[in-house]
Amino acid sequence: MQLSRKSFLILPLLYVAVAPAPAAAQTAAEAMFTVNNTWMLVATLLVFMMHLGFAFLEVGLTQSKNTVNILFKNTSIIAIGLLTYAIVGFNLMYPGEFSIGGFFGFAGFGIESDLAGVTNPALASSEYNEGYTYWTDFLFQAMFAATAATIVSGAVAERIKLASFLVFATLYVGLVYPLVGSWTWGGGWLDEMGFHDFAGSTLVHSVGGWAALAGVFLLGPRLGKYVNGRIHPIPGHSLPLAAAGMFLLWFGWFGFNGGSVLSADPGLVSFVLVTTCIAASAGIIGAMLTTWTVHKHPDASMVFNGALAGLVGITAGADAVSVMSAAIIGAVAGVIVVFSVMLFDRIKMDDPVGAISVHLTCGIWGTLAVGIFSPDYSFGTQLIGVLAYGAFAATSAFLIFSVIKVTIGLRVSEEDERRGLDLSEHNMEAYPDYQIMITR
Amino acid sequence: MKLVIAYIQPAAFHNVKQALTDVGVGRMSVANAQGVGQQGGYTESYRGSELEIVLRKKVRLEIAVNDDFVERTREAIIKGARTGNFGDGVIFVVELAECYRIRTGESGSPAVG
Repeated sequence: MQLSRKSFLILPLLYVAVAPAPAAAQTAAEAMFTVNNTWMLVATLLVFMMHLGFAFLEVGLTQSKNTVNILFKNTSIIAIGLLTYAIVGFNLMYPGEFSIGGFFGFAGFGIESDLAGVTNPALASSEYNEGYTYWTDFLFQAMFAATAATIVSGAVAERIKLASFLVFATLYVGLVYPLVGSWTWGGGWLDEMGFHDFAGSTLVHSVGGWAALAGVFLLGPRLGKYVNGRIHPIPGHSLPLAAAGMFLLWFGWFGFNGGSVLSADPGLVSFVLVTTCIAASAGIIGAMLTTWTVHKHPDASMVFNGALAGLVGITAGADAVSVMSAAIIGAVAGVIVVFSVMLFDRIKMDDPVGAISVHLTCGIWGTLAVGIFSPDYSFGTQLIGVLAYGAFAATSAFLIFSVIKVTIGLRVSEEDERRGLDLSEHNMEAYPDYQIMITR
Repeated sequence: MKLVIAYIQPAAFHNVKQALTDVGVGRMSVANAQGVGQQGGYTESYRGSELEIVLRKKVRLEIAVNDDFVERTREAIIKGARTGNFGDGVIFVVELAECYRIRTGESGSPAVG
């Protein structure tokens, strides 16, 4: 039945009226489509909330003299993510057809422009989104894209030039993220090999993590962090904000993993949310036991990282492993993340928020864990995927950062770093009313 | 006995502390302060307008010393804090009439340390 534009707008009102069936009989398929689409939009909203989580986490774990800069970067990233995804990312990640053997395909610049892009909501507009509308598909995936760049912003915080970061984020999220994403979720060569990354341990978290690693390496540590062979911690200025950030990220993960089911299938969505939460909890316990033993006192920021480590770890296989396995994966991630944070400090790779440890180290672990704990997927294939993404993401991030470094420069001057990026880059303060501790 | 009061740039504190330690001055009181001298204030921007900032952030050190320590304390602070730019700070040396250690009840020079 051909739906005209006007009747399409009236349909939602008809759905809402619980009373007798409307004149146009509602098929079961159309009802299911609406249910699926609604859940996917809720999931989109939840993933969006993760940006607030990242913002709080980063602000909390860095110095107050750089807070404006962090907030500015996080606000810009969501904009850059959504817009580049609309202009080029979406069609690069989901090309439909590949022009270079499963490696590269591009369905053209821009997305559909108006409602006429989806005339019949009961039908799929492509094989990518069979249960929901083209618009839902775009927006849900766009929210994922932006999170990949946010991961980088925490690791390079407190010393990267604002403009340099924004240029990097635009290129990396605009081009690299969707290109490598197409290899799996777009139906490319890794998908054909049987590589499995349910919600993005590799595609989102390790892709962000590799870029964070490249950035940290090329930037160098913050001033005063590593002096005379000793590590001088630079504490974050607000653990309450960091905690709020962690909880908001977990909150958003309900959509990150729950929505990656790509339908409202009650069994699968509820199962995935259980494995997700179990892994997060196990991550906290794993990190707690590790930090309590190794550091004599349990470090709160480590258990925050532990929760996120568990979440990243389960993200590759939340749909494919048992609940018991999810607990193990999460616990191991919680242990790994603590040691990873300590290791990076000891090799003088300064990561203020532990982004590399949470997203790269545990992203790799989570991806490989699918091969270990799921009978349906092979460890070898998972390893190939990890290496392929690592090679491409690390190399491209390193290249982009290097070009930026030799052209406009990557790092702020020493004086600007001491004054704080809020004053040097933004000429404003985050806490003008507060008496903040300024000796270090 | 003298009380050496110094106002320095926050960024200089680390070096000043190190320099003081090097000459054997390890006891001090440190506080955040705001102040302005020859350096003057500066402007920030906020929502399209300029914001005059008249006071700059400073760190105040208060160090009680015996008379024979005044010179090395002063030299150490200068060594740690001098950059040659406006805003390096200022040192006041005032007479300290009495000094008591709370824990032991000592007074006078021994209490200063």
